[in-house]
Amino acid sequence: MIQPGKKIPMFAIVTLLSVLSAYIAQAQPPHSHMTFVDPDSVFVFKYSSLAPQPGPPENLAAADSPNDAGGAISISWSKAPGDNTIFNSVDGYLLYRSASLDDGFSFLTRLPAGSTGYSDSDPDLKNGENFYYQVAALYGRDTLYAETAGPAVPGAQLFHTKRILVLLFMALFSGTALYLINLAKRGGTLYVRPIPGIDAVDDAIGRATEMGRPILFVPGLGEASRVATIAAFTILARVAKKVAEYQTRIIVPNYDPVVMTICQEVVKEAYSSAGRPDDYDPKDVYFVTQDQFPYTASVNGTMLREKPATNFYMGMFYAESLVLAETGFVSGSVQIAGTDQLIQIPFFVAACDYTLMGEELYAASAYLSQEPQQLGTLKAQDWGKIMAITLMLIGSIVYLFDSGAGEALKNWVIGG
Amino acid sequence: MRREVPLVIVFICGAFMALQYFVPHNISAVIYQNALNWTIIIGIFTLAVGIGSLVNLHYDKISRRKEKWPYSLVTIGALVFMTVLGLSSPEAVQDPRGLFMKMYFYVLSPVQATMFSLLAFFIASAAYRAFRAKTVLATLLLASAVIVMLGRIPVGDALTAWMPEGTRISDLARYILDYPNTAAKRAIYIGVGLGVAATSLKIILGVERTWLGGGK
Repeated sequence: MIQPGKKIPMFAIVTLLSVLSAYIAQAQPPHSHMTFVDPDSVFVFKYSSLAPQPGPPENLAAADSPNDAGGAISISWSKAPGDNTIFNSVDGYLLYRSASLDDGFSFLTRLPAGSTGYSDSDPDLKNGENFYYQVAALYGRDTLYAETAGPAVPGAQLFHTKRILVLLFMALFSGTALYLINLAKRGGTLYVRPIPGIDAVDDAIGRATEMGRPILFVPGLGEASRVATIAAFTILARVAKKVAEYQTRIIVPNYDPVVMTICQEVVKEAYSSAGRPDDYDPKDVYFVTQDQFPYTASVNGTMLREKPATNFYMGMFYAESLVLAETGFVSGSVQIAGTDQLIQIPFFVAACDYTLMGEELYAASAYLSQEPQQLGTLKAQDWGKIMAITLMLIGSIVYLFDSGAGEALKNWVIGG
Repeated sequence: MRREVPLVIVFICGAFMALQYFVPHNISAVIYQNALNWTIIIGIFTLAVGIGSLVNLHYDKISRRKEKWPYSLVTIGALVFMTVLGLSSPEAVQDPRGLFMKMYFYVLSPVQATMFSLLAFFIASAAYRAFRAKTVLATLLLASAVIVMLGRIPVGDALTAWMPEGTRISDLARYILDYPNTAAKRAIYIGVGLGVAATSLKIILGVERTWLGGGK
């Protein structure tokens, strides 16, 4: 979005990452982490003289399940002797629980052979109370009990330890954004690359004025709580202000009543700030329906009746995106779309004159306003991208040299 | 005060919602769930505002005899008819043999399906325009589309069966989808994620205030 003086060779980075990904994927033999056992090609020594002596599972441990709201205990053990694909001696495991060592253990569940753990989240587990566990291995009719484990005390945690990287990234990103906002406030110059779709906004409104036709703004099918819809509000505010200045008409059909209420306020305020509060007509910002295709039919009808000079599609769109955009094309409107819905982007690209893809939708409000504070957050997005690219490069390089370390790094990053 | 109070509420709620993701404790989950419930409750109340807007708009069209006003009459009539039908008995909206559900299954659903089916024709017309090889990029798009489309159907492999395994058209299609396509999708996802984070931050800090009904 913002280039610090020199053009970043993005194409080179994307190509490098693509080549690295392809090499890593092809360097791995298919299903290299899996072991296939053909039952017809191996001998099965069940209860044979070679099988190890039956014994109870060992290393039984019970502890509070981490990173939860309590009410759960994780139990683990080592497999009993002969519990493998060669001997298949063990038929399964029986798990028991008790609130006291003095009381008897009650049966909890039966688990298949090969199991080495269980997460007990029974509603009977109360935070702060003691619980004891016992596990037994089943060898035919014989049941061999392990030592008792416990007491384990379920409890709630105040911090999710597997989300520490997300927290760090969030703190770093927020800190960078705050620093850049302050820098922009002090008068620092921030370059923003031109975004054709946003540059076309003024021309599109001018065209509508010259033709004497209205402008149609469709804020999508998202609820007001969706960030893409909030981004659509900010674009609507700028567009409505221009529309008021040019004394053109803007029509905003809404899918969600909450969105409609906010759009009415936004357009009304835009007309006021343009010094033309009397030109605002609340009937031009209206609710249609909360059904996807009836809404689409209504907006299509508006396009064909009113023949708007320009159509804006900003926010969240689903299957109706192409139906709307193609109808707009047929009615001869200039069309500017912006969405973060990946599947709908190609449809808008095919049918609209300009498309704001993904982050460009969020950048639009900063770009239109040119306010330093807004541009500061835009610059922070670029730094976020640099961090993401750095992480990807590190991950790819580690994976190339040691796939085990690469997997460990991946699990740490995704909190696995 | 008209602006400060909402900004303070947004800051507190926004900061809490961001931090609750890191707190698995039950208190955090309960407050989060209550906040979501409040959103639903407020949404239901605003439906009345929406219906008010709809009635107002169409009443205006009918009373002023605006262009194609009979359609507005149908809209108001249908709204009243379905509301009366739905409120006629407690079982009306659940009984599949009742008139309300019959109207839903035999009128609304087919109409919606008809609208949805138009998409097939719109895809064809949009694809025709998008695939015109006017520039180098458009030609690349056309070539990729032909490979992917042929690679996803049996005739594609039948046409290239003579080629060594791994170089047939379905393999090329898989390569295009798995590597360049996935790379581009992930790039957009990362951009969207950062855009969402930046926009959320702007709203929580009060830098972005257009949702309040004003730019400043």
